[in-house]
Formats: sequence, structure tokens, C-alpha cells
Amino acid sequence: MRFDLRLIASWIRPGSKVLDLGCGEGDLLTYLQEKRSVSATGIEKDESKVAHCIERGLSVLQGDINAEIQDYPDQSFDYVILSRTLQQVYAPDDLIRSLLRVGTKGIVSFPNFSYWRVRLQLLSSGYAPVTEQLPYEWYDTPNIRVITLRDFMKFSRDMGFQILKMVAINSDFNNKVGKVVKFLPNLRAAYGIFLIGKEQ
Amino acid sequence: MSEYIQHDKTGNSVGLVEKQFFRFAEPPHEMCLENGARLGPLTLAYETYGTLNREKSNTVLVCHALSGDSHVAGYYREEDPKPGWWDIMVGPGKGIDTDRYFVICSNILGSCMGSTGPCSIDPATNSPYGLSFPLVTIGDMVKAQKALLDHLGVEKVLAVVGGSIGGMQVLEWCMRYPERVVSAIPLATTTRHSALAIAFNEVARQAIMADPNWNGGNYYEGPRPDTGLAVARMIGHITYLSDEAMRHKFGRRLQGKDYFSFNFDADFQVESYLRHQGIKFVERFDANAFLYITKAADYYDLSNLHGAGSAVEAFSKAQARFLVVSFTSDWLYPTYQSRAMVQAMKKSGLDVSFCEIEAEWGHDAFLLPSERLSALIRGFLERVGRESTGESHAL
Repeated sequence: MRFDLRLIASWIRPGSKVLDLGCGEGDLLTYLQEKRSVSATGIEKDESKVAHCIERGLSVLQGDINAEIQDYPDQSFDYVILSRTLQQVYAPDDLIRSLLRVGTKGIVSFPNFSYWRVRLQLLSSGYAPVTEQLPYEWYDTPNIRVITLRDFMKFSRDMGFQILKMVAINSDFNNKVGKVVKFLPNLRAAYGIFLIGKEQ
Repeated sequence: MSEYIQHDKTGNSVGLVEKQFFRFAEPPHEMCLENGARLGPLTLAYETYGTLNREKSNTVLVCHALSGDSHVAGYYREEDPKPGWWDIMVGPGKGIDTDRYFVICSNILGSCMGSTGPCSIDPATNSPYGLSFPLVTIGDMVKAQKALLDHLGVEKVLAVVGGSIGGMQVLEWCMRYPERVVSAIPLATTTRHSALAIAFNEVARQAIMADPNWNGGNYYEGPRPDTGLAVARMIGHITYLSDEAMRHKFGRRLQGKDYFSFNFDADFQVESYLRHQGIKFVERFDANAFLYITKAADYYDLSNLHGAGSAVEAFSKAQARFLVVSFTSDWLYPTYQSRAMVQAMKKSGLDVSFCEIEAEWGHDAFLLPSERLSALIRGFLERVGRESTGESHAL
């Protein structure tokens, strides 16, 4: 289980209702089901991944997260998770709004574009950065949004939602180990994970 | 639904099975039908495989489509050339594992494969009902199935599963008897027919009724409307395939010749295939039953019947967990119809999984061997089995 996913799992109250947007093969949901006895739902666009999830006993829908999230009644879930996907979303503001409509809390994680390795690459080579976290060329990347940890905090103020918790981490893409970055996170962390809620 | 019955390559089978009959609704306790008529006595032909467990919690009810029957799996006799129509899915170790589940399937009311339908003898006249048979609905079919389950001592079913018109019965089960359905698997189906689906059915019915032998539905003493029924079946087969499937299967290839015959014989393979399917069908199916069942399917409208026009309202009556499956090339019940169903289920707070399987074989894909479909059903059944046991222990 990936380090960032373990961290996300540790934030989730046992027995709660969880929706994972872009749940992939359902590793996080399975973990949450087993360790936290949550009631787990996932949305995933890839047929074979969806099938894999259902075969392993998850409740998963095939579809586009931006459209599928619309159908849920208000406050259907305790947590809605958007893990490493925000940078691929065309209308992040709409999605975050929907996320906080159907869920009491949201958990959002994304690669930090102001990570020092990204900055250094751009500065030294002059090419668009290609890193472990963002491993694509500019012309074939699904990552259409460039976000830094600081951007997301500004985004929360602009949009009017609350950041309840934030952790910045370093870990390799599928690395089981990682560590929390406390000092200068916007520069030193590869990923950010945010627990968000509606403004009180 | 067409005749794609295939042998299972692994050689696994439920083995020899027997068709059984359940007689009920004896006068004066006839069954009340949706249209207000009373009908009885009724017979349902059914088969069961596997064993009902002590907790009576492992029943899987299979609902068949238009031309299907109770013979889902296995063989009646050693020398049968073909097994039941879903032998690839139902059997030991298969998607619906008969080592774990008690599988029931009955022939639908209105059909002609052993259950009461228009070709059955009306006890009042001692001759076949013909068109005096009342128009039974999907709801009536389900009501009769429920009577059978009561008779078999099955209070709750772990899953109701079926494709096409069988899928409509699955949905109807969840509406009529929500507390008795733990989970439901509607495959390649819809909550109501589109104009396109009704149009095809109507043309098929017209083909039957235009056959002079049909004789207002009163043909049981004389020649049967075979031509009309065969044409109806040919129309059906077109809707079960897809443009892509037909291109691959037939293209413009000629059947047993290199040149056109320049007359109206079957030149193209697709013509010959459809004619063959038509002829095969009349040997086993009753034209009136075809009229009745297609009409029942056309009438079915889950939203109107159970939600005053709203599918969300209708599904809020259901309690089952759902697995909805559609197929990319199905143009009879296209994916958008499954998606609309899933959307309504989500809005009414139901637990639903949905997968659109990439398949080139059109509507018929649900009957064809698909490791993906088997695995989906297997995984889903395991999960709902686990969850329902957990719940009953918690209580």
C-alpha cells in the first residue's frame, strides 16, 4: 500500500461512508474496507480497472468522475477522496464544489509543482519539467493543471472552503515508504494531501 | 435472445437435470393480473441446480429473456446435443457457481416452454387459449415466480439475475418484493423500451399477424403461422447483433456460391443465416407466445408503474444492491439506457456497481462466453453473500 494512501486512510473515521473518485484498481478502497470497515464506493473510467474492483468485491461505477459525482444526493458520503487526480481535472472549481456537496469532507492530493526538483529542471534546462511525479512530456501529459501547495491554499480562500488538515510528503511514485515534510513544504515536498471541508 | 448455446470448454456442467412443474392458482384462487383479469390454474415449468443451504440464504434466481426457458444449464439426457442456454455461466465453479448457490429458473408466464401461455389448454373450453389468453405483464410473470419461490420455501433470494427481458423481470422483482431481494444483476436491459425497440417488436408482430395461417391466433388445430414467426425471428436477430458483428460474421460474403443467383434465393450469408434462424425457431416456439411476450416487454415502464413517471421515485422502493452491466455494441438496449438506470439508482441512494463491457456482438453479448462477465458476477455474488451473512449475524 502506497505511503500517501496509508496516510489518507489514517484520516478516515472507522465505519464511515467513502467515495473514491478515480479509484483505479481499488487498492485504497479495499484497504479502507478491511482496516476501517468503511462503506466504500468508487468511480473509475477504465473498464478493466472497474471490472477488477467489482471482482474483488467493491461497489464501483464506470464513468467520468465529473459527471458521475453529480447524481449523488447532498451529503451522501462522510469523505470524498480525490487522490492524485486534481491536476488532470478540466474544471477543478466545479469538481471541488461537487465534492463538498456530496461529502461532508474531502481529501485531495496532488503532485506539488513547486517541488525543488521541478523548479531546478525548469531553471537549469529550460524544458518543461519531467519528474517522477509528473513523468510526461508536455504533449502527452494527462496533467493539464499546474498546482503548487501554495496555490491550493489560495484556491481554498478564493473558493471559500476550509483546509482542515494538510500534510506534505515525499515518496516515490509507487513507494511504500515516504516521509512527512514539515520544513519549507512548498519547496521540499513532492506531494500535498489536504483534508478539506465547507467554511463554517 | 438467440441460440448461442455453447458447450463449456472446461467440460464442467451441472450434469443431468430435470424439468419440473409447479401448479398453483387453482380456482377459486386464481392469480389477479395487472390488467384486472384473473387467471388460473397456472403451471410454471422450472429447474433448480445446486442445494439450498440450511440458512436458505444462497438462492440465485435466473430470469430468462424472450425466447428462453427454464433450461439454464446441464442436459436432460446424456445424448442431448446442447446444454441449457446459459451453461457457460451456471455450473460448478462458473460465474454462478452451483457448488455454492441454489439456482432456480422458471419459464415465464405467457411463454410456451412448459408454463401456462396462449398455447395452453383453457380448462373452461378444453381448447388452447389463443387470443383469449389475457395480456400478462412483466409484473405478472414476476408475481408467478414469487409464488414458485414461496412453494420452494425460499423467503429471500441472494440475487436475481437476467438479461434483456429477463433484466426487466430482475428490476420488477426489486420493485414488487424489495425485502426479498438481497441483490440484483440486470444485464443488457432497460427500464422501458425505446421507440426503436417497440418498432422492431411491432414489425415482428405484424409479420406473424399477416401470415394467413395465424387466423386471429386460432391455429392450433391446423397449419401454423410458420412463415410469419420465422420472419419475426429474423427481425429479432438483426436487433440482437450489431453493424460491426454482422460485418465480421458475414460481410457481403455469398453462401455456397461465387456469383449472384439473379433470383430471390438466399445469396448472401446473412440472408441464409437469418432464414436458418427463422426456420429453427418455429420448431420450438409458439407464434402467439411471441406476440404476448413482446407486448409485455413493450408495456413495461418501471418509472410509470412504480414511480409516477420518475425512475428515481421508483428505485427508492428498492433495497437491493445492484450490479448493472451493458455492452458497447448493444443497439437494442444501448448503454445510455443502463446509465440512466444507474443514475436513478444513485439518486435514490442505492448501492450500485456499473460496468460497460467492450463487446462487438451486440445485444447478444450477454449470452456469449465472456470471462469478464463471469468474473464480475462471481465477485459481486461473493461480496453480497459475505455482506448479507455479516448483516444477519449482526442482527
